[in-house]
Amino acid sequence: MMQIRCLFSTLTLFVVLSPAFAQTRDSFLQPAGPIADAQRTELLQILGWTMIAIIPVFLLVPLILWHYRYRNTSARYTPEWDRSRMLEVLMWGVPVIIVCILSAQLVRTTHDLDPYRPIASDTPELRVQVIGLDWKWLFIYPDHNIATVNALTIPVDTPVAFELTTDTVMQSFLISSLAGQIYTMPGMQTQLHVIATETGTFQGENTQFNGIGFTDQKFDTTVLSNSDFSAWLAQVQAADLSLTEERYATLAAPSTGAQAKAALASTSGPDGVVYFASVPDGMFESVLHRYMHGNEIPASAQPGTAAYQPNALEEPDQ
Amino acid sequence: MSGEAQTSWLGRLNIDSLSIWRAIENPSVSEFVGAGAALVAIFGGIGALVLITWLRAWGTLWRDWLTSTDHKKIGVMYCVLALVMLLRGVIEGVVMRTQQAFGMGGGFLAPEHFSELFSTHGTIMIFFVAMPFIIGITNYVMPLQLGARDMSFPVLNQISLALTATGAALVMISLVLGEFATGGWTNYPPYTGKDFQPGPGPDYWIWAIVLSGLGTTLTGINFAVTLYKERAPGMTLFRMPIFCWTVLCASIVMIFALPPLTLAALMLAADRYLDFHFFTNDLGGNMMNYVNLFWLFGHPEVYLLVIPAYGVFSEVVPTFSGKRLYGYNSMVYATMAIAVLSFCVWLHHFFTMGQSANVNIAFGIASMAIAVPTGVKIYNWVATMYRARIRMTVPMIYATGFFFLFTIGGLTGVMLANPVISYQVHNTLFLVAHFHNVLIPGVLFGIFAGYHFWFPKVFGFRLEERWGKRAACLWVVGFCFTFLPLYALGLMGMPRRSVMWDDPAFQPFMWLALVGALTILSAVTALGIQLWVSVRNRAATACPLGDPWNGRTLEWSIPSPPPPYNFAQVPQVRTRDDFTDAKATGRAYQPLSAYEDIEMPRNTAIGMIVLIGSTLLGLALIFWIWWLAIVSVGVMLTALIGRTFWLNTTYTIPAEEIARDHQAWLAEVHAAQRITRAEETQAANRGRAALELPQGVSV
Repeated sequence: MMQIRCLFSTLTLFVVLSPAFAQTRDSFLQPAGPIADAQRTELLQILGWTMIAIIPVFLLVPLILWHYRYRNTSARYTPEWDRSRMLEVLMWGVPVIIVCILSAQLVRTTHDLDPYRPIASDTPELRVQVIGLDWKWLFIYPDHNIATVNALTIPVDTPVAFELTTDTVMQSFLISSLAGQIYTMPGMQTQLHVIATETGTFQGENTQFNGIGFTDQKFDTTVLSNSDFSAWLAQVQAADLSLTEERYATLAAPSTGAQAKAALASTSGPDGVVYFASVPDGMFESVLHRYMHGNEIPASAQPGTAAYQPNALEEPDQ
Repeated sequence: MSGEAQTSWLGRLNIDSLSIWRAIENPSVSEFVGAGAALVAIFGGIGALVLITWLRAWGTLWRDWLTSTDHKKIGVMYCVLALVMLLRGVIEGVVMRTQQAFGMGGGFLAPEHFSELFSTHGTIMIFFVAMPFIIGITNYVMPLQLGARDMSFPVLNQISLALTATGAALVMISLVLGEFATGGWTNYPPYTGKDFQPGPGPDYWIWAIVLSGLGTTLTGINFAVTLYKERAPGMTLFRMPIFCWTVLCASIVMIFALPPLTLAALMLAADRYLDFHFFTNDLGGNMMNYVNLFWLFGHPEVYLLVIPAYGVFSEVVPTFSGKRLYGYNSMVYATMAIAVLSFCVWLHHFFTMGQSANVNIAFGIASMAIAVPTGVKIYNWVATMYRARIRMTVPMIYATGFFFLFTIGGLTGVMLANPVISYQVHNTLFLVAHFHNVLIPGVLFGIFAGYHFWFPKVFGFRLEERWGKRAACLWVVGFCFTFLPLYALGLMGMPRRSVMWDDPAFQPFMWLALVGALTILSAVTALGIQLWVSVRNRAATACPLGDPWNGRTLEWSIPSPPPPYNFAQVPQVRTRDDFTDAKATGRAYQPLSAYEDIEMPRNTAIGMIVLIGSTLLGLALIFWIWWLAIVSVGVMLTALIGRTFWLNTTYTIPAEEIARDHQAWLAEVHAAQRITRAEETQAANRGRAALELPQGVSV
């Protein structure tokens, strides 16, 4: 029974401590949108259903171990008994039924919460293009012609459609309080749809190990009211730098957000965050298609490699 | 390759490859940890050599062990290899837990060092602890349970061991020369491609995996053929001990699951060495293919490990319950179902790669379906203990820990099988907690239960009980403290493989996990003390008659340790749990009317040639020493082809010698006191069991 107590004390401790300490919300157990909320519900429902199969084991094992201990000679002993039709039906039947119930649920929720599925809403969706770099994220807002490093700001109650890729190794993009993660892969585009129903700051991060700066690849997701969002857009549009091919080449070199900010001599935006007042057209697409032209790309022109040279990336050979 | 031409006759090996040199050049805590590990590896190796010389054991070691083709000796060597590697794996785990406990905003390890640690820890624990341990126990036990004299291919068995040991040796050498991969045990490209990781790290991983994987595939073939062809007369498939069934399923998994891994690793090698583009970013390479191939192996792999562990529990629970296994047929079908389903679920390792919801649903349901046969197995063991007479020996403590903890692991497995949940907890510590939750209580506890159960069979004396119980309890408690908090941390959003973190809410769980890791370290220490105490007191726990636990299957019907030929006469099997039946009906311990000469395979040095040759080949490939690669392949090929011309491969044990030994043992058995289970753990237990029937029943 010690193990159960262990589990429960851990869970209790977790519930008691985490809201008190957490600075930015970084867990789907404290959801800020309907997707993360549904994911939490799903987790609890599975917990409930599986208990039907699990509790008997937790109760029976200690009981049987105690009652049928060797020294208890008064307990019944049937060394040859090894089958029972009724038990057999129960043993196979109950788990099958639970798995069927959970499967039916899984079919429904997997479709409902498919990250590729646009979110139905009256508000028009905001498009954000995400490029994973070693060890920071570049967010491009194509409809507003701005970009940021490590700052994702979205309006509340507005569906957001992400298109994601990376210009280095594989990464995985997660904003736990809003929705689940999706891989970002070089030369490939993945999609993610989220909606936030409350304002606040929520942590986003890369969960796929990609080198020594891995743990620094986190960013704040700020959900603002519509008017605050417009103000923020204006603030970024007034930033000191524009994203150019040359600046992208510098940005793409392995560095954390803070290092990149220093390398670019950017002054706008909070620590570790870079704001770009404008973005060249088709930036995201050119990164996405970089590896897909059928020509060999030397390591010096691949951001994230040991041999990467920013000036090699600028040469317009593609 | 970018950079200067390699002209040195040592390829790219140079003074900077020495981790100790790096620590001298650039002193820091992190480098000292690396250099310290290198020193431990070097001094450990030298210490072992000195000890063998001091004991003048080289001759014995060579004749009785290294060149032996006896499945029992090979099994023991597999287990020794696994124990050595377990020590390293556990220490690495504790170092990582310590780093993370102090990891708020920093810690003492450099990130590149931490990433090497989690890569070697995973690689070692899966490929060089769990696999060799399971294969070792199987090697020893399975032919005895079948009533066979040896495996079908004894020399191949030796070569498989050599290849596995090569992989382990390469991982150990990486402590001293160069560095290991940093891409985790999965080693995903493009991160591990030559553009991103030009150093020798990923090459260490590739060749350790390719060479040992080859060995494991060969082992699978050997196990399967042995199970099909070497069963004693009368042992139909459905009379086999359940452990043999689990091994059959596991070896089928081995044969089909290992090749995708070997292939994926070789394709990655082609990318790195020959400028191929299977998994590169450019020229049509696609890392998703690697991910698929890896998990096409990776998921069956965990079942390959856990299925034989189920088999061990299926032997341990009935034996210490003094009762037949409940639902034998159910157990067989459940095992087969798990083995087949294990090939249908690999995609749940990357639900988040962007495939359609329908694909995820198919694999999600298949993954959950595995919970059904697994649940049936747990219920079967519980039913086995119902109306039994249970002795709470060390293996039963592990089994009890397994029932509780593995059930929790199964619960979180059902959660992870759901794509909706996986989107959230994939790549977090929740996942880390889950797979440790199935691998430690499932596989490792199974291994330890088997270790305590069969140790007296192997060495002729029992392991000390008190230290064994302490170790078992420490393992269970240590597991709970280490890994249950990781579930919480995962739900709180902490990614796996994080060298540091910045949320103060994580701190209490990190402390708990560190306490747990130290408890596990003390559990390993307790196991060491137990072995020491047991060897010292071996006279008091000797059980040479062979049946210390009132065993049910054929391996208990022969002396401990068994003679090289196992059975004086190949047994005639009449029923399931044949030895229990034989003891009840008086068939056991009968004198034989006639003895025959027995032909057994001779010793051969081919395994050692392969071990040294393939280790040098691995190093040559890792450090681009091409001449050495050619020489070592040449030597191995010459030896393997040369051996086929060797016709004198067996020796004969004369019937008189067998008769003498067998009759002497029988005389001892008949003179011995029959022990009830109450005296099982006392000195009186020399390995002859008394019949204990239910009250009111007589034979």
